[in-house]
Amino acid sequence: MMPRSWNRLPRVDPDRVELLTNRSQPLDSNLPRPLLAYGNGRSYGDVCLTERGTLMLTRGLDRFIDFDPNRGVLRCEAGVTLAEILALVVPRGWFLPSTPGTRLATVGGAVANDVHGKNHHALGSFGHHVRALELWRSDGRVIECYPEEGNGWFRATIGGLGLTGLIRWVELQLIPIQNTWMWVESQRFANLDEFWTLSRRAEALWPYTVAWIDCLAKGKAQGRGILLAGQHAAAQAELPVFKEGSKRMLFDPPFSLVNGLSLRVFNALYYRQSVKPQGGLSHYVPYFYPLDAIQDWNRIYGRSGFYQYQCVVPPREAEAAIPALLDTITRHGEGSFLAVLKTFGPMPSLGMLSFPRPGTTLALDFPNRGDKTRRLLDKLDAIVREAGGTLYPGKDARMPASLFQSGYPEWEAFKDYVDPDFSSRFWQRVTS
Amino acid sequence: MNSLKRVILFGATSAIAEQTARQLVAQGASLYCVGRNPDKLTALIDDLKVRAGSQQCIDGCVADLVDHSRHEHLINDATHVLGEVDGVLIAHGTLPVQQACEADVAMTRKEIETNALSVISLLTLLANLFEQQQRGVIAVISSVAGDRGRQSNYVYGAAKGMLTLFLQGLRNRLAKANVDVVTIKPGFVDTPMTADFNKAGPLWAKPDQVAKGIIKAMQRGKDEVYILWFWRWIMLFIRHIPESFFKRMTL
Repeated sequence: MMPRSWNRLPRVDPDRVELLTNRSQPLDSNLPRPLLAYGNGRSYGDVCLTERGTLMLTRGLDRFIDFDPNRGVLRCEAGVTLAEILALVVPRGWFLPSTPGTRLATVGGAVANDVHGKNHHALGSFGHHVRALELWRSDGRVIECYPEEGNGWFRATIGGLGLTGLIRWVELQLIPIQNTWMWVESQRFANLDEFWTLSRRAEALWPYTVAWIDCLAKGKAQGRGILLAGQHAAAQAELPVFKEGSKRMLFDPPFSLVNGLSLRVFNALYYRQSVKPQGGLSHYVPYFYPLDAIQDWNRIYGRSGFYQYQCVVPPREAEAAIPALLDTITRHGEGSFLAVLKTFGPMPSLGMLSFPRPGTTLALDFPNRGDKTRRLLDKLDAIVREAGGTLYPGKDARMPASLFQSGYPEWEAFKDYVDPDFSSRFWQRVTS
Repeated sequence: MNSLKRVILFGATSAIAEQTARQLVAQGASLYCVGRNPDKLTALIDDLKVRAGSQQCIDGCVADLVDHSRHEHLINDATHVLGEVDGVLIAHGTLPVQQACEADVAMTRKEIETNALSVISLLTLLANLFEQQQRGVIAVISSVAGDRGRQSNYVYGAAKGMLTLFLQGLRNRLAKANVDVVTIKPGFVDTPMTADFNKAGPLWAKPDQVAKGIIKAMQRGKDEVYILWFWRWIMLFIRHIPESFFKRMTL
């Protein structure tokens, strides 16, 4: 089985697939070039794919190296998943300082895409919590990178899409927790205007906020949805019992199960779910990782896969650009299963190519209907570009080079740090 | 049920042994790990130490097990570190290139040395130790390849077949001493040792799945175990094909 990205697009095969298992072994000079690391295949698009050369699977680099339970400092190999970290550190009172919506990503992937979570406005992105990392270059050089040093290797590698060399280990600063539960308040909002107000208020009070919106709602109800605000629960005299269930998507349906009808039903039901404005306890697993409960959920889109579209638009433009994006989607008769809206905080990202930046981010997924879908995404591009925004490389399979280059002005300086033997289909696409 | 609180792992950095080590540590065991590659052994021990609770002891030693002269020292050191030994897993081995062995008997001897004789040397010492303490379990990773000689890998098969037979005798002897001897036949496992194979299909097991099977077999004091159930039937069938017919097959 050839490695694929999570949205199963594009389908490209490298010349060779090599499992890495020994972090002390230098990169093999006999492997066909270019080289690229592939973690657990949770990015969308082609940042983790190459059409030629070698994909180096990092899941064999899954060892912990050191953990200081008093200071919450963990060092581990790059192929360790966030789930494996949580299983180790949560019982000892620590948590990931920043986590994406899946815990099945690897640490190396989290660094290379400088991933973010619901607490971006409070604690920044994943890269802000990396204390050190080690890079193996194809010329045999080993570079230890620290945030405080000025030579650029750290800034290039955080969000560097795995292009600066092989990340072998990462050292993280964790955050302390009292227990495995979250205190969560959910609130319904009737439209986008209410969202802006509600979201501003929630961000001042809560470390975690995120909103789901019904992207099919039109007119006065445009952008209606549910805002979830949360924080790690305080010590409790008594905690509920949590039992994790697991389901699996067992087959590829012949067509996408996400279609006009199912979207309408799902979105309407989701909006009408019971909310808890007074707050309640939720275990961290369903709170942070609702989709991980269904293994291989990406198969619901069928064999042709789907497109993720995640953009960010600057604060000044957001209140005009977000409705424009939603208008375009509804007019096109498309919809997204889960549309997620979140405001990034003011903290600048550390990486040269980091995606998070001040503004509002909207994440959508669309079943792949070929040209029809791509035409819609091109229209969304125009709005994002006009607003001075950009797209998330870790969720992209098709953005034009010009949009990448305008959104990541440091890309040319970054080129100096790219390992000459490393490349990805994404990188070839956006730099050509 | 055999308790597995203090276990020695030979060939500890192999993919199967590493997964077994992690699962044993998760169940509260103290481990003594022997591996040939110093970098890999250090990485393994550091990882297990991070996973282990404060009461568990994780230690080990670098050794090439082809060097029989070190075996006694290794076992003494492990016994010293662990206090007592509840179980041993011998997991080291190599997968020879059959054609290279056909071209050069030195190659064949080397493979038999690694896959059979070095294990038999360890087993000889361990058998006496366990016989004395009148309890415990010795598990060895053999192979389905040892169930019948086939043209595609009969050197490996012969080495593993020797192990399987040796273990049968040892089991018979140690049964009187209340010591279990477990022969593990994992079948195809997706590990770096089998990197050159196309691993699609239901015959292939994952190392963590094999590890789980090994621990269960050790705890229950099983005799000969196939990790995936159907291998027993596949091998039963293969063993019963008449030789006059089998010799013309290309398995």
